[in-house]
Amino acid sequence: MFWRMITKTLVRQKSKMMMIAFTVVLGVSLSTAMMNVMLGVGDKVNRELKVYGANITVRHKDAALMSDLYGLEGRGVNDKFLHEEDVLKLKSIFWGFNILDFAPILEGRAMMGSADVAVIGTWPEKHAVLPTGEELDTGLKSLRRWWEVSGEWLNEGGNDGVMIGHLLASENGIKAGDTITLTAGGRAMTFRVAGIFNDGGSSDSKILMTLPAAQELLGLHGRVSSIEVSALTTPDNDLARKAAQDPRSLSPDEYETWYCTAYVSAICHQIQEVIRDGVAKPVRQVAESEGTILSKTTLLMILITILSSIGSALAISNLITASVIERSQELGLLKALGAYNWQIVLLVLAEVMITGIAGGVIGYFMGIGFAQIIGQTVFGSYIEIARMVILIVAVILFFVTVIGSIPAIRYLMALKPTEVLHGK
Amino acid sequence: MPQKILELSNVSKIYGNLKALSDINLSVNAGDWLSIMGPSGSGKTTMINIIGCMDTPSTGSVILDGTDISRETAGNLTRIRRDKIGLIFQQFHLISYLTALENVMVAQYYHSMPDEEEAMEALAKVGLAERAGHLPAQLSGGEQQRVCIARALINSPSILLGDEPTGNLDEENERVVVDIFRRLHSEGVTIIIVTHDPEVGDVAQRKIILEHGRITQDIDQTPIIRT
Repeated sequence: MFWRMITKTLVRQKSKMMMIAFTVVLGVSLSTAMMNVMLGVGDKVNRELKVYGANITVRHKDAALMSDLYGLEGRGVNDKFLHEEDVLKLKSIFWGFNILDFAPILEGRAMMGSADVAVIGTWPEKHAVLPTGEELDTGLKSLRRWWEVSGEWLNEGGNDGVMIGHLLASENGIKAGDTITLTAGGRAMTFRVAGIFNDGGSSDSKILMTLPAAQELLGLHGRVSSIEVSALTTPDNDLARKAAQDPRSLSPDEYETWYCTAYVSAICHQIQEVIRDGVAKPVRQVAESEGTILSKTTLLMILITILSSIGSALAISNLITASVIERSQELGLLKALGAYNWQIVLLVLAEVMITGIAGGVIGYFMGIGFAQIIGQTVFGSYIEIARMVILIVAVILFFVTVIGSIPAIRYLMALKPTEVLHGK
Repeated sequence: MPQKILELSNVSKIYGNLKALSDINLSVNAGDWLSIMGPSGSGKTTMINIIGCMDTPSTGSVILDGTDISRETAGNLTRIRRDKIGLIFQQFHLISYLTALENVMVAQYYHSMPDEEEAMEALAKVGLAERAGHLPAQLSGGEQQRVCIARALINSPSILLGDEPTGNLDEENERVVVDIFRRLHSEGVTIIIVTHDPEVGDVAQRKIILEHGRITQDIDQTPIIRT
């Protein structure tokens, strides 16, 4: 009888129930889209933020210590090097998949005519095959996406080419296509200027060349000064901050959690395990900006989800209350026939829940569609569907429906059969 | 000695400054047929609401089938109403989207367990077995009221309470309904009806007249019951 009454009520009140379902569809679709985007956006936002360059630098431990503690540069700092052969090992760490780009940097000084200039050797666009057979493309070009270059970027194999910072180029009247000669340690090498770059920073007074060319010029075969790393990271929390101070202070469980989460400190720790004498440090400005932007984006999504849920609850509340008031004579009659308050409430809630579930299922799939549209439009890729969203949406739907039904339930509890049956 | 099914002792009902019922004393035996008459505002509906466990008196006591219902909680009143009272309304109050049969079964559902066969028997008793599958909108006023009577009787109540049960019926249907009451009375069902209609009031075994919340006349009509 219960289900017969519900079925017939749903059919009879189909326009009202469709309005309730439509409200639920809107709320659930928005919540589903926002939560899927929120859960899947971390990596995508991080990838977008990679245009701001590396978020980790690796240096020789002595150079890092002297530089960090005393702010020293020069002898004792600049003559400490990492091994070039270790660089590709970065991809072998636990979070290797999160390391998107990296480039070794060899810094030194050379004479260009009578001028003492800073030179940088690097991998402009490195294609490498890892011992695992995995192929990768990386290099400084990916880490300097904001550079404005007139002329061409360096080729990986073009060891006779250089790029010159625009300040240095303008001071010396150098253009793309010119030839320059650099000398260092008695070695002289002639280079063709492939392009002039504008970095907007200190690099604008430097000369960029391939790593083999720089190693040859500076006489530092197989050596690199530092490695710039761009990695996808998880925003720091208390555990990450505690670990950053000293990983040994963590309990075994905390250590495992930290090590298996892509905190920047965990990735740095793992990098140090594979780079001989290396100390990996997060570039705090970039790492923190990523965390801040990600946190704010997540907060925005949560706020939209909460607001859409509140909006749905209010709309459902109005619709259910209007429906119950319209049916007050029928519901009063049921009370007169001996129905307890809870039985009437159960009847109305069951109707609303069935409608809500139907709307929720439609809304969920629409939400997945919206999430993909957002993913394609904003990030240019699909958003991965998180199964946990189903559970979260179900809980939100339940509470939104129940909270939305509260005014109607209060009305039902207070409804006196005599008032609706006799008009008194 | 006949068993008392209902006893009102010094019952008053006050709404703000209005005294709807004033010091009512009334006793009804099992199997009695009582009609309550009086002008509008005399307290008839208030009295039937109290007897029907849909309201409580401000003072006094109401003993229904051995239970004092004047101080019961709302939940207990619902249970007592469900078990002991069958209600008939002037506007029938059938659920529009349920068939005649389903309307009877609703009362079964909230009492104990729906039983389609038993509900059909109840409809057959009021001559509506053929119309069991019809919606209220497909039934005449008289037929709707007979469904209402079948619904009121389905749980074998102690008292059948009618609030102007013929108020919305034409003469022919009124006669049909009165005949059903007459038959139920002969079967021993206790009937209490509120009516404006002297014709209907006069066929009862006993008639009380209410004026300004007081019983002004209590007439035993046994010798003059029309057949």
